[in-house]
Amino acid sequence: MSKLVIASIGPASSVQDGGRPGSQRYGLVPSGAMDRLALAAANTLVGNEPFTAAIEVGPFGAKFTARGAVRVALAGAPRSADIAGRAVASDTSATLADGETLTLGFARGGSFSYLAIEGGIEGEPMFGSLAVNARAGLGSPYPRPLQSGDELQAKAASGAPERRIELPAASDAPIRVVWGPQDDEFADETKKLFLDSEWKVSATSDRMGYRLEGPVLRHLHGHNIVSDGTVNGSLQVPGNGQPIVLMRDRGTSGGYPKIAAVISADFGRFAQIPAGRAFRFQAVSMAEAQAEARRFAALLRTLPERLRGIESVDLNIDALHDANVAGHAVSAVDAGTWHAVSLADVAGPD
Amino acid sequence: MAATLPPPRLLPSGDSAITVEFSRNIDDAANRRVLALDRAMAAEPVTGVTETVPTYRSLLVHYDPEQVDFDKLGAQILALAQRPVPATTRTRRWRIPVVYGGEHGIDLEDVAKTLNTTPDEIVARHVAGDYRVAMIGFTPGWSYLSGLTDSLHMPRRQNPRLLTPAGTVSIGGVQTGVQCLAGPSGWHLLGQTAVRTYQLHRDPIFLLEPGDNVTFVSVDAKTFAEQDRAAEAGEFIAEQIAS
Repeated sequence: MSKLVIASIGPASSVQDGGRPGSQRYGLVPSGAMDRLALAAANTLVGNEPFTAAIEVGPFGAKFTARGAVRVALAGAPRSADIAGRAVASDTSATLADGETLTLGFARGGSFSYLAIEGGIEGEPMFGSLAVNARAGLGSPYPRPLQSGDELQAKAASGAPERRIELPAASDAPIRVVWGPQDDEFADETKKLFLDSEWKVSATSDRMGYRLEGPVLRHLHGHNIVSDGTVNGSLQVPGNGQPIVLMRDRGTSGGYPKIAAVISADFGRFAQIPAGRAFRFQAVSMAEAQAEARRFAALLRTLPERLRGIESVDLNIDALHDANVAGHAVSAVDAGTWHAVSLADVAGPD
Repeated sequence: MAATLPPPRLLPSGDSAITVEFSRNIDDAANRRVLALDRAMAAEPVTGVTETVPTYRSLLVHYDPEQVDFDKLGAQILALAQRPVPATTRTRRWRIPVVYGGEHGIDLEDVAKTLNTTPDEIVARHVAGDYRVAMIGFTPGWSYLSGLTDSLHMPRRQNPRLLTPAGTVSIGGVQTGVQCLAGPSGWHLLGQTAVRTYQLHRDPIFLLEPGDNVTFVSVDAKTFAEQDRAAEAGEFIAEQIAS
């Protein structure tokens, strides 16, 4: 066995995988990776199943030291990365020799990166998942966000050749939503205002919900409805008219009107929007949203076909990396304003 | 009698879930239809459906849009929802011990003052109730019960508390509830139970199911403390009694 020691890590970093669906009827949210495509890409690079548990690294930097050789892969938010001074590009695998340290910089133009470990992370699954849900006391090997000094048991590196993976180019297109279930609680002008406005993700956001900053969305009949079920990407509008997008650690039910929901194919892209960057929403039909969901599922299935040898492109890695970052450059200070938000701020039982 | 049931509204919740809405209000008949549809969908699995989540007034049906689309699934759900609601269904009844008032239920005195009566009378009204688990939601094991007597209906607090204790038994609006984990709440705290509606490493992990019947029994603080230790060790504490 080898292990990866967390030498340093910022908040909002935890072990995540495909999550634990199936118990929402008991109030247990599935949790899981904020950006499933990035999780799947990182796992594919080291030969794992796509939704194997990996380290979801938040906007801050982090350092990991290997005890024994450990093979890893990094995908998701662009950020600087090196192993003992050797640069590691996003969307590639790399191997840490015994005693070497992988240093990750701040996320640039995104929020979450995924560090997959060849063979996965050793842990005790609860409801079939290692994903951390601290409120419910779930997650393994630690039922909480990662801290300095934590150790993750891993398989010894196989010595397999390193890979890169070709992913579709990052998109700045509007985040697509479908209306409902309570868009009839809002006037047509309010729905138009929602689509015509620029929005920003507030710094007081977390894995439970992203608060949005923008115009006030007024309700037609007040902001209290009888609680009903929520989904990933539900856009609920509380009394102050500032929407909150419910994320992977959401409450399973909520009592504020939900004007729309982010389509599943855009959820990971939305989750990566850093605090402070302006973006827009676009409403699409159910047929279009479901066609996109099928395309996204096909992309996830065909990730192994996108693997490439690394020797053939060593001259292009920096260029590829720059291409990923282009247009997304955001200062590290933006990422540094990421705060935990209390449960009470997002929703209360009703 | 073959009166046609009004069809529920099918509302999109993103591209992978449908909110099947029977009412906009807290409505016992609607909740019974929610639970009946939930049972029907469990008994006859529908292709593509991954998970169902009953709430007071609607059933949230999660599905995989690769396997079934909104229109096709919606039609199947409408057909299932047209079936008569069974008059009697399998029900379990739980008796849940509660220590009322004092540090365990810090709002009991204020609730009594607001309703112009005594704390003992509030407790008497609360334990006299025959409740049903209308839904479980928000956080693991948070059980929302219908059947609260009109004489205990009162608006929620103006300022929700950021932290209320694990095991809190409270009232809010027309509902009463048992929460498992410590967390925020705007309800009025009447008491506390040692019963864990959610406990890892216990079988079952979740004690209550939507549709279960619940009654409360008052216990003293010493009994609560003993029960709390036993519950921590994995005992149910809640008694399952014949319906």
